[in-house]
Amino acid sequence: MADKTLSKPSAFQDVFARKPGVDKSGTHYCAGCGHGVAHKLIAEAVADFGLKDRAIIVAPVGCSVFLYYYFDFCAVSVPHGRAPAALTGISRVHPEAICISYQGDGDLAAIGLAEIIHAANRGERMAVFFVNNAIYGMTGGQMAPTTLVNMKTSTSPFGRQVEGEGHPMRMCEMIAGLESPVYVERVAVDSPQATMKARAAIRKALKIQMERKGFAFVEILSPCPTQWRVAPDQAGEWIRENMYPVFKLGVYRDKVQETDPRPAPPESLSAREVYALLTGEKDSGKAETAQTDSNNGRHSKSPEAPAIDSICCKLAGFGGQGVLTLGVLVAQAGMNADYHVTWLPSYGPESRGGTANSSVILSREEIGSPVVNDIDVLLAMNVPSLERFLPQMNRGGLVIYNSSIVQEEIEKRDGVKIVGVPAMDLAQTAGDVRAANVVLLGAYSALTGLFTNADLDYALSTSFPKPKAAEINRKAFAAGVEHVKGKEEGARI
Amino acid sequence: MSKQLMKGNDAVVCGALLAGCRGFFGYPITPASEIAHTAALLFPQAGRIFIQAESEVAAINMVYGASSAGVRSMTASSGPGISLKMEGISYLAASELPSVIVDISRVGPGLGNIYPSQGDYNQVVKGGGHGSYRCIVLSPNSVQEMCDFTMLAFELADRYRIPVFVLSDAYVGQMMEPLDMPAAIDPPGPPDWALTPEAATNGNVITSIFLNPEEMEAHVLHLQENYAGIQRQETRCETYRCEDADLILVGFGIVSRILRSAVDQAREQGLKVGLFRPQTLWPFPETQLLEHVGRVHDFLVVELNNGQLVQDIKLFVAGRSPIHFMNRVGGFVPSPEEVVEKARQILGKDAAAPVREKSSEVSVPK
Ligand SMILES: Cc1ncc(C[n+]2csc(CCOP(=O)(O)OP(=O)(O)O)c2C)c(N)n1
Ligand code: SF4
Repeated sequence: MADKTLSKPSAFQDVFARKPGVDKSGTHYCAGCGHGVAHKLIAEAVADFGLKDRAIIVAPVGCSVFLYYYFDFCAVSVPHGRAPAALTGISRVHPEAICISYQGDGDLAAIGLAEIIHAANRGERMAVFFVNNAIYGMTGGQMAPTTLVNMKTSTSPFGRQVEGEGHPMRMCEMIAGLESPVYVERVAVDSPQATMKARAAIRKALKIQMERKGFAFVEILSPCPTQWRVAPDQAGEWIRENMYPVFKLGVYRDKVQETDPRPAPPESLSAREVYALLTGEKDSGKAETAQTDSNNGRHSKSPEAPAIDSICCKLAGFGGQGVLTLGVLVAQAGMNADYHVTWLPSYGPESRGGTANSSVILSREEIGSPVVNDIDVLLAMNVPSLERFLPQMNRGGLVIYNSSIVQEEIEKRDGVKIVGVPAMDLAQTAGDVRAANVVLLGAYSALTGLFTNADLDYALSTSFPKPKAAEINRKAFAAGVEHVKGKEEGARI
Repeated sequence: MSKQLMKGNDAVVCGALLAGCRGFFGYPITPASEIAHTAALLFPQAGRIFIQAESEVAAINMVYGASSAGVRSMTASSGPGISLKMEGISYLAASELPSVIVDISRVGPGLGNIYPSQGDYNQVVKGGGHGSYRCIVLSPNSVQEMCDFTMLAFELADRYRIPVFVLSDAYVGQMMEPLDMPAAIDPPGPPDWALTPEAATNGNVITSIFLNPEEMEAHVLHLQENYAGIQRQETRCETYRCEDADLILVGFGIVSRILRSAVDQAREQGLKVGLFRPQTLWPFPETQLLEHVGRVHDFLVVELNNGQLVQDIKLFVAGRSPIHFMNRVGGFVPSPEEVVEKARQILGKDAAAPVREKSSEVSVPK
């Protein structure tokens, strides 16, 4: 067979020390198997190109699962079919690595079809050597996606039937149909002449890796005399007779000339830089900012801060009325005022019924459940939210509703202060009806004096960083404050 | 301002970046998707790798590759996706590859729904993939812990060469709280077993196949030894008002937050109730739990599943104390009031619960 014509390349180990058993010089492959030939061609190219230190090969599940007995460079064994995904992980984190995937037809064309197609489509920087022997070798000669029509295998004992089992899959043709692969060729190792062409293709695929050009795919038609039940010296003939007509040799895609080398990926940021990215602060350690909390600028006319242990708020309205954002604003202001805060969007079965809502808790103590069932403060943008949440109000609570669309007379409740604010009209005047939620925030802050100007500034500038939106929302906020002037008395939360 | 208000899911990404995670490999699924969204935004800005994989199967294998290449990497998903990752997780455990998997669990089985659940406890804590392996499982219950435990997960993964889960739920993932950004670290370079394009690591092999039963046995025993060390060193828990408790509530994740409120409410009503909250689900803080057995009369385990953690608690307590169970499935969470009611029944206090003053129920202001 062809492998006798090749000497042991230096990227092969001198002695196969990892191989179990006494024979440390021969491979574990059957006589006449194509895997050994393919291995030698790869090892020779890796050695000739001086890639031993940089090469990382992924071993498939199949007869070649133990390829690391032989190769004298880095190797990793991965789950059946997943080699292109695992190699993607390696290729992306080691831009200097020469990444090689070595896979059989069951591994690549059956269980691993998604992984190979998507790695090819992403144009991952890797060389894939696909050993097509038209059968599952390792597991006992079962049908592969590449098994020929009428070919008998242990799971197609009557021969592969087109009806029910389909046609042999032609992987080169499929992959060459994608835009990203740089090079796709089908070769064979059935004869010394064919093997020389296979050698050239393998070297080309590795050159593409050295040049950092992307995805290269070489399919190798390869003998499995054992599972074909053919004498080793007849296996070459078997390939020519049976496989050549179905799997045509040749180059299916070659964009090497017109492909530029991949640029090196950007440097990973250091800890210090990552901390700055996430916080806007330079220190990589904890930057303690002094808490500047004072009563100065509190919205309430009353000079003292309200003595409140915990407030459960519900912010509710139609989807799109900004009640999630309204909740975030309250929570941000509360956080700035040194409360413990939680914010929970309407989520779970309780979000049914046409209203969106968010729940916010402000507390001087650590907060347990973030779920709000008993409401101290309800900011309601529409009628359904009032209908739904009024019955859950605690005594002494505060309801502020959007009177622009709630015309109904609100049933008065003992111990609950109810204030209507034409939020949408005021927002419209401020420049955008969508700022109605912020009008309610203004009214709420003014009625309760819960937050300082600094707290509200922080909330508004964090949620509306863009100048235009910031301006409109500040106007809307002021309109809300103005509207409730003189109504502060009695509103405690 | 060092504190930022953010979602638990976003805090996971902060934790990952601060811990020096180099690669995020994900696939969208509610309620974990914000993790992928935020990673897609921030990882490239930090010069780190983000890939939306073709499936969870591919994503976990990308983690497998990146980890074998010696860098910190992670993936995140929810129940259906975690099921798909199980093959890869078994291989990660077998090959002793440090890795971090975040599960923002949702209701199952099947497609289920996207609401909070703890139905993945058995799958994540007991294995889920094939073979005799373990993963460390961390259980955060706040936005701060979503960040801190993600960082811790990377530390533990490296220290013990093991996959580490951060098992959370839809509420903790979706909830916003202030995050006090922890200090960032530069992780150590690739370990000496890794596959790198350097001469120093030439010939390194990472594999999980040992055809020879003697070798395989030695390997499995070696893994168990590692697990035993983790059990001795890494159990974590939090207790709340347990000192004089007659009844201890046991729960993790969002449930532990509800139980904390229940403890406070129960105490206000004169019921001596405490909270035991495992922060590591594997290794379970068994010794810390058993300290209370004997002194405390009863335990009440509350879960959002069909009773999974409670089976373990029964094993640990081994009949020495009565174990009660309470659950919701389908996406609901119990209210603190419901838990207090159950506690009252268990403690045999038949005094009616005080009615919380609702505006509609109050006619005359006091
Ligand atoms: C998930 C999974 N399913 C099935 C197997 C069993 N298995 C091992 S190798 C193999 C087929 C290998 O065939 P192929 O890829 O053609 O390689 P060959 O042995 O012919 O070189 C199968 C099905 C496995 N290891 N993992
Ligand atoms: S079974 Fe086939 S593929 Fe496997 S070693 Fe033998 S000849 Fe090679």
